[in-house]
Amino acid sequence: MNILAAESSNPLIPPVGEIIVGTITFAILCFVMIKYVVPRFEQVFVARREAIEGGIERAEAMQAEAKAALEQYRAQLAEARGEAAQIRDAARAEGQQILEELRAQAQEESARIVARGEEQLAAQRQQIVHELRGQIGTLAVDLAGRVVGESLADDARRSGTVDRFLAELDGMAASGAGRGATVAESNR
Amino acid sequence: MTSSASALASVLAAEGSGGDDGFQAPTVQEFYPEPIAEFDLFGIAFEITRITLILWVATAVMIALMVAAVRKPSIVPGKMQFIGESGYSLIRDGMARDVIGPKGLPFAPFLASLFFFILANNAMSIVPFAQISPMSKFAFPLVLAVIVWIVYNWVGIREQGAARYFKDAAVPPGVPIGALILVTPIELLQVFIIRPFTLAVRLFANMFAGHMLLAVFALGTVYLLNVGNFSIIFAPFSFLMALTMTFFELLVIVLQAYVFTVLTATYLNGAVEPAH
Repeated sequence: MNILAAESSNPLIPPVGEIIVGTITFAILCFVMIKYVVPRFEQVFVARREAIEGGIERAEAMQAEAKAALEQYRAQLAEARGEAAQIRDAARAEGQQILEELRAQAQEESARIVARGEEQLAAQRQQIVHELRGQIGTLAVDLAGRVVGESLADDARRSGTVDRFLAELDGMAASGAGRGATVAESNR
Repeated sequence: MTSSASALASVLAAEGSGGDDGFQAPTVQEFYPEPIAEFDLFGIAFEITRITLILWVATAVMIALMVAAVRKPSIVPGKMQFIGESGYSLIRDGMARDVIGPKGLPFAPFLASLFFFILANNAMSIVPFAQISPMSKFAFPLVLAVIVWIVYNWVGIREQGAARYFKDAAVPPGVPIGALILVTPIELLQVFIIRPFTLAVRLFANMFAGHMLLAVFALGTVYLLNVGNFSIIFAPFSFLMALTMTFFELLVIVLQAYVFTVLTATYLNGAVEPAH
């Protein structure tokens, strides 16, 4: 033991047994690290990178899709707006035109109605004047007949009849002239 | 700790052997504890010491942590998985991808194994009850350095072809012919001997010295407390120093694991891509 210790006391001259022990121990650790530990670390790294990159890729794809959809909606909206404006303009123009047409039509119609009314009134007046003339003639003849028929009755009665007739005639003439005047006026 | 073996060749130990009263500084014997089991296999002597056990415990714990981290891998990591992933990403992205280059990712598992193996074993230097790193035994850093040496030379030959690889190593492109008298031996020596040697010694020496420093201040504290005179008032200072050195050691633990791995990545980079 003493000899052995003295022999190996130089720390820079290692015993062979120790070298072998050291080699084996390190080899065991190396084996476990290389065969078991490191591959699993690498596996985790790969899985993690894929998870992160996959997530980013998915997010990017989604963003692109959303962007495209937005663009599409915008385009559609702009198109719809343009179309609406066009339709509105067309409608306005059409409305204007219809209004004009209607106005013209109405004016025409009213003019026609007025003209017909005037015509009618004139015709009625003419007719009434004719009728009145006829009636006045008839009445005059009637009165003359009555006057002649009752001449033999008493004077008082006679004079009453004449008076009455005259009054009747008066009334008739007055109402006939009055009515004729008002109709002529309203026709204008 | 091992005061019985203090008679071995060391100035401090020789001084300590003068009497039992004086402070017995830790010697190189610190790194040769009593074997728990000894056996011969094919004529090779194996000694299982507490340092060997520490090596196994550290490695087993690291393997267990790593396996626990990936036991249920999910896209949204749990606490364990997150810590494991952060550590692995540091090596994978920071070294395999950024240092070696586009062809570097296949080396990520090897670099991660190196880093976590060294980290776990270095950490044992400040873990209570262990308090010594297996990396302060030259055999273990040497094993790692030799493996790295084999790997980068093999990769260089595979990627560039043997002729091209050795030619570039001996005759770096762009060097004037006259300078080759100096450059060629230096380059060859550097690539094939100095690199693995410095890689191993750097790690070993850092952990060795770190342990010695901690041991000196820890043992000093105990000595000052027990010496029985007024020097007891210096014990807290020694303790404070041991504490400070423990934090410093924490830095060294991580830094050395990182440096070892980064240098490996740099050598692999040189092997993967032809020299410009």
